[in-house]
Amino acid sequence: MAKLTLDDLRKLRDEKQKAIEKRDPSNKDAQIIVGMGTCGIAAGAKETFNAIIDELDAKGISHVLVRQTGCMGLCHSEPTVEVIVPNMPVVIYGNVNAEVGKQIVNDHIVNKHLIDNHICDKPAMDIVR
Amino acid sequence: MHASVCDIIADLVQNAIEADATRIEVDVATDPAEIRVCIQDNGKGMDARTLAKAKDPFYSEPGKHAKRRVGLGIPLLMQTTAAVNGTVDIQSTPGKGTRVAFTLDARHLDTPPFGDLPETLLGLMTFGGAYDLILTRTTPNDRYRVSRGELIEALGNLEEIDNLILARDYVRSQEENLNS
Repeated sequence: MAKLTLDDLRKLRDEKQKAIEKRDPSNKDAQIIVGMGTCGIAAGAKETFNAIIDELDAKGISHVLVRQTGCMGLCHSEPTVEVIVPNMPVVIYGNVNAEVGKQIVNDHIVNKHLIDNHICDKPAMDIVR
Repeated sequence: MHASVCDIIADLVQNAIEADATRIEVDVATDPAEIRVCIQDNGKGMDARTLAKAKDPFYSEPGKHAKRRVGLGIPLLMQTTAAVNGTVDIQSTPGKGTRVAFTLDARHLDTPPFGDLPETLLGLMTFGGAYDLILTRTTPNDRYRVSRGELIEALGNLEEIDNLILARDYVRSQEENLNS
């Protein structure tokens, strides 16, 4: 890859912007939040995060906000990912490797199906305020 | 120990973000003999007593986890530097911020692999809130500098997936040219 400058980046962004506008540019109504405490990092949260970004890009999904956060208290099930979609329960998934990250995009975000065997039943009680 | 040097960096930067830093400077220098990293933030800092406790794996900042007493970030760093002929220096002042500097012997057999810096940086740029994160990356041949602020200025935001991908491509192009 040739070394990009900030001007290149602005140009690329303008090109992308046209494509974004062709899609529905409605507000972001869904969120995917990846836990990135010491526990998440050790378990591979970065790979999960990048896989989710790549899958959202591949599917042309633009209504999802992807964020990172600290430890959610479920260190035994890292990487953990919280998913918030309107009219669906807020879910924290555990043991989310890159593959399960893609599954979250396809099953939970696109098809509105929960991924049963990765659901953590609730946030750790000592984390909830 | 963490699986890669980038994982150590991610952990320390995440600490800075949780310490309410609005400016985090990350300097990463590598040469065939040594890896040198310095992370400086303007967060809430620690007094000497808290800093001493942060080195204890069975300590976590009160209020972070009400019933939990484990905090492994700094202890993992100390374990790694001790294992591979490295050094670690932590300076912190309450109200002013914290500076963590460490070195690792690049030729030591147990030094973790470097990891994927563009991927790491992308993650670290997507925590909520307004903070600037400035990376200065240096090798004997070249250097580059990238900041969250300038990426947001160039791209508009780091919320659109397309923008995140572009930001990662941008950092990747800097890193690849450094290595070529």
